[in-house]
Amino acid sequence: MTAFRTPLKVVRGLGSAREGTGHWWGQRVTAMALAPLSIWFLWFLAMLPGADHATVSAALGQPLSALLMLAFVFTLFYHAYLGLQVVIEDYVHPRALEITLMVLIRFAAVLAVLSTAIAILRLIFIAAPRT
Amino acid sequence: MDFPADRNRGLKMATRSRPLSPHLQIYRPQLTAVLSIVHRSTGVALCAGAVALVWGIVATALGADAYACFSDFAASIVGRLLTAAFVFCLVYHWLNGLRHLAWDTGWGLEIKRAYATGWTVVVLAPVLTALSLWCLWT
Repeated sequence: MTAFRTPLKVVRGLGSAREGTGHWWGQRVTAMALAPLSIWFLWFLAMLPGADHATVSAALGQPLSALLMLAFVFTLFYHAYLGLQVVIEDYVHPRALEITLMVLIRFAAVLAVLSTAIAILRLIFIAAPRT
Repeated sequence: MDFPADRNRGLKMATRSRPLSPHLQIYRPQLTAVLSIVHRSTGVALCAGAVALVWGIVATALGADAYACFSDFAASIVGRLLTAAFVFCLVYHWLNGLRHLAWDTGWGLEIKRAYATGWTVVVLAPVLTALSLWCLWT
């Protein structure tokens, strides 16, 4: 099938972002994941009694909470990156600034996710033993 | 060569006589358009909220002192206002995001249904925000 397409046709099919529908799908799939994860997130916050340090450490150190929080934060930043990218594409017109901002938000998103991962792993493995 | 009279006439044609594409200042805001731009705004605001969430998680892992700094801020008036704004943005973006996902399946694109789901979001967003904040703070 693709053999019958000229290179020009193939490039046109990918659109101005040159990545086809990958961005669109990424935004939707992360949205579908975030829909239930957001409810869990609000429930998790609401269930923290008093929210003192020991309670929050213990809660985040529990494997299921840790897993869901990591999934939530990772998906959140992936979704946020894709969304901010579109906002920058729409409103930031100088090409150099546009590309700089896109690289910066990607770095920021990766750093945020990695920081969260390290923090949660620390809470799982190093936090005070639970009774 | 300069023809001021002709040029002025051309200007008049361009600025007065001819119909212009709708400008934001004179265009009556429509629910669907307003909800769309609010969806984008809340999305951008949620990015700041996401950074605050990372602050909270990292502070928890750093220890009691760092956590106290975070929780004191969260419990302050500014912190509570920001929390309320964050929860509203999350609830709104969540509800309106469902509309977007429905549209992507082809459902609800008719004007009547787009307005019905839009007003549903307008009503539900503050209600669910208030409910969430009540669960959060009591």
